[in-house]
Amino acid sequence: MQPISATNDFVVKFANVNGSGSASANELFARSVLRMGVPVASRNIFPSNIQGLPTWYEVRISGDGWLGRRGGVDLMVAMNPQTWDKDVAEIEKGGYLLYDSTKPIPASKFRKDLTLLPVPLTEICNRAYSDPRQRQLFKNIIYVGALAFVLDMDLSAVKWLIAEQFENKKKLIAPNLQALDFGYDYAKEHLKGVCGLKIRHADKVGDRIFIGGNDAAGLGAVYGGATVCAWYPITPSTSLAESFTKHCERLRVDPVTKKNKFAVVQAEDEIAAIGMVLGANWNGARAFTATSGPGISLMQELFGFSYYAEIPAVVFDIQRGGPSTGMPTRTQQSDLMLAAYAGHGDTKHVLLFPEDPRESFEFAATAFDLAERLQTLVLVMMDLDIGMNDWLCKPLAWNKERKYDRGKVMTADELEAGKEFGRYLDVDGDAIPYRTLPGTHPSKGVYFTRGSSHDRYARYSEDGGVYVEVMQRLLQKFETAKSLVPKPVLHKAKEPAKFGALYFGSTSAAMDEALAALESHGLHIDALRVRAFPFSEEVVEFINAHEQVFVVEQNRDAQLQKMIVNECAIDPARFISILHYDGTPVTARFIINAISERMKLGKAREAAE
Amino acid sequence: MTYIAKPKLHHPGLPTNALGFTRRDYEGRISTLCAGCGHDSISAALIQACFELDIEPHRVAKLSGIGCSSKTPDYFLGQSHGFNSVHGRMPSVLTGANLANRELIYLGVSGDGDSASIGLGQFAHCMRRGVNMVYICENNGVYGLTKGQFSATADKGSKAKGGAVNTDSPIDLVSLALLMGASFVARSFSGDKKQLVPLIKAAIAHRGSAVLDVISPCVTFNNHAGSTKSFDFVRDHNEAVNKLDFVPAKKEITVDYEPGTSEVVRQHDGSFIKLAKLHPDYDPSNRVAALTYLQEREAAGEVVTGLLYIDPDTQDLHEHLGTVDAPLNRMTEDDLCPGVDMLETINAEYR
Repeated sequence: MQPISATNDFVVKFANVNGSGSASANELFARSVLRMGVPVASRNIFPSNIQGLPTWYEVRISGDGWLGRRGGVDLMVAMNPQTWDKDVAEIEKGGYLLYDSTKPIPASKFRKDLTLLPVPLTEICNRAYSDPRQRQLFKNIIYVGALAFVLDMDLSAVKWLIAEQFENKKKLIAPNLQALDFGYDYAKEHLKGVCGLKIRHADKVGDRIFIGGNDAAGLGAVYGGATVCAWYPITPSTSLAESFTKHCERLRVDPVTKKNKFAVVQAEDEIAAIGMVLGANWNGARAFTATSGPGISLMQELFGFSYYAEIPAVVFDIQRGGPSTGMPTRTQQSDLMLAAYAGHGDTKHVLLFPEDPRESFEFAATAFDLAERLQTLVLVMMDLDIGMNDWLCKPLAWNKERKYDRGKVMTADELEAGKEFGRYLDVDGDAIPYRTLPGTHPSKGVYFTRGSSHDRYARYSEDGGVYVEVMQRLLQKFETAKSLVPKPVLHKAKEPAKFGALYFGSTSAAMDEALAALESHGLHIDALRVRAFPFSEEVVEFINAHEQVFVVEQNRDAQLQKMIVNECAIDPARFISILHYDGTPVTARFIINAISERMKLGKAREAAE
Repeated sequence: MTYIAKPKLHHPGLPTNALGFTRRDYEGRISTLCAGCGHDSISAALIQACFELDIEPHRVAKLSGIGCSSKTPDYFLGQSHGFNSVHGRMPSVLTGANLANRELIYLGVSGDGDSASIGLGQFAHCMRRGVNMVYICENNGVYGLTKGQFSATADKGSKAKGGAVNTDSPIDLVSLALLMGASFVARSFSGDKKQLVPLIKAAIAHRGSAVLDVISPCVTFNNHAGSTKSFDFVRDHNEAVNKLDFVPAKKEITVDYEPGTSEVVRQHDGSFIKLAKLHPDYDPSNRVAALTYLQEREAAGEVVTGLLYIDPDTQDLHEHLGTVDAPLNRMTEDDLCPGVDMLETINAEYR
């Protein structure tokens, strides 16, 4: 068996025990590759646990810049005896295994086709350190050092990063550099010339940044003018509220008074969180919450209130594996239907589907404009893959001229001038009424907000006709929303295509790669990335322009497809579902296999006919 | 309920306050509650208190949950924005509203079902946070809109109109508010306007969470013999610990009380509360003693009313959070958006 040979195009996976301090060492490895100008896509696969359970970190090194998961592992750093057998089995044929060789491991535990990279990590640590915690932590840095040698990496890139990382704790720099050298030197002496995987300097990273989606979305909320964040901790959304807080503490503190131009409240539960969000938005502050599936379930009653009483609100749903508690630390796109129609009675909400952290930043800010313009709830549908993993993406962008769209808020001057005010009166024909903020005018523009049926002037009414009028206007307002939400993005095949593919959110990275690979095999597919609900006309036109349309989703029930079938009245037979929902991010390989199988099947059938 | 709308015109001799408003300017729509409902008396007391305090009606936001009590914000302060939220969630909605604009006066109106059952968690947590608000629980021990089920504040042994006897222990919102850190805690009776109006005024002037548990008999479902929330029962068992007079900021204290029988509490806004002690040993600045006293008297079957606890120097949620003095809802791009150059700096940090 020939060992795998590859430069700037392979997958390294770290199998660790959580709570062992491996995360920062693994990230150091990924960032070092980036510093060498080579794109990486890194993903944490972690347990819902603090200490002692298996956790993995996958780093895809891709000189071509593919940022989805490829699937498969070329080099495994096996640091967890609990998962050893599974980890060894997962390595590609002819791959590599780096492990702690301090204690002898029976030959039956290895595979004959693998190239072994034994490093006596424990022994090196025990010799160098007496403190048990240091022995544990530096083990991680030592294997990074060994990797740097076997992969022919630029050691100075790693050292540079260590120096940056500990800029504020300078006394930690030297011991970390020393540990790195322990690993590097050992490998240099014992593992010379055995590994066919190499990382070479390239110029493929450019000005791109390496950032997580929750971090970016929290910053987007700062740029978007959010002043109130009410939230309840839930994986995988917690770091979004924490990011907002962190960025506000830096960017939103009055330099003179040292007082905060923001308020963050950790609520007692998700219901209170969304209640605070509605109260603040009703009173004219941009407010949001971040949550995940179980939180969305709990918030539904107030979602319906937002829809019916027409109160702006922004909610980030960092989707995880459902149903019920499901897989809290795994990714899915399975809250679409719940979020789109959350609430009792006839209810619909605006959804945005960012593809990566950069778009999470952008959509976070856009969501506040849309919520206030449309006076309704807007959900930003992220997922664990985007939210909790660092992604290589284009720099965050902001237009200098950009103004917040505060929507239709009638001012005291307008009221004073005699402008007619009816809280639920459609004066412009776009089905969006004016609102006033409490405290605006002593005698004009007051109204009573209620979730019970009401007329154009917000007065309670049980009259069927009055009720239907409001409900019809809300439908019309949803039509208006179609023209305001982000448009879908078209990816045209090089040749005219009978097949189309729809996808959204974090699937994008794997999809880009899959489309290129399929095209190189002569399988031409037009693809449309859906970015929002309600679906704009372009989505319908795209479907109508193709004989068959694949819908690639990370859920079991083909939720996007079903929403399109229902909302756009399209024959379900037009669609072919490609569904990946085991909790890991979808891979390019999976999409390529699933689509090419079906397309070839179609061609074979055509030939037979 | 009254079916005849009162004429808009009023007697030219009707007294006006410092703003030139009459009491009528603080009224709302006509109540749709049952004739004689205790809640309407509370609405009247709120109107009276706001009139006497010279409050601009549009600077008040009134929020409620669901239930008979929660319908009442429609029946007072017709020039104030109202928010009739969902069942048990008024505290969170009010908290958010308060975060957005700290300059308004926030009246939260709720009932015993809304506060002690479905909304018990939110009741407790808004006390913990010290949201600057007046929280009025119109407490009748019964579900009115769904026709007479016991609520969580119904006393053990209390009889329903149909004869059923309540076997569950009651939740005492006043004790709970004390435990959760409320800084102004009072109980009153809808039938005692002389006590209720000054309590509401003092609660509005208080900075922090001010809770008023107002026993408010339900004339339709809970005003019979055997009920512990009936007019007769409360009148017979009402034990006021103090009698209070509220003196707004800028006014001088003119009445002297005999030493030992009264005390003056100065609030953050400069207003005073003059308390005539009806129980010589009762100290409304002692949270622990207040709790003990309440438990003792309630075990003896009495309904303790009056200003039960006050901490005039407490901090509210905005102070805990260190928010700016100007309302957050008035901030613009200039205040909030860090700008393009800063984004460049931030981008560089992620490379």
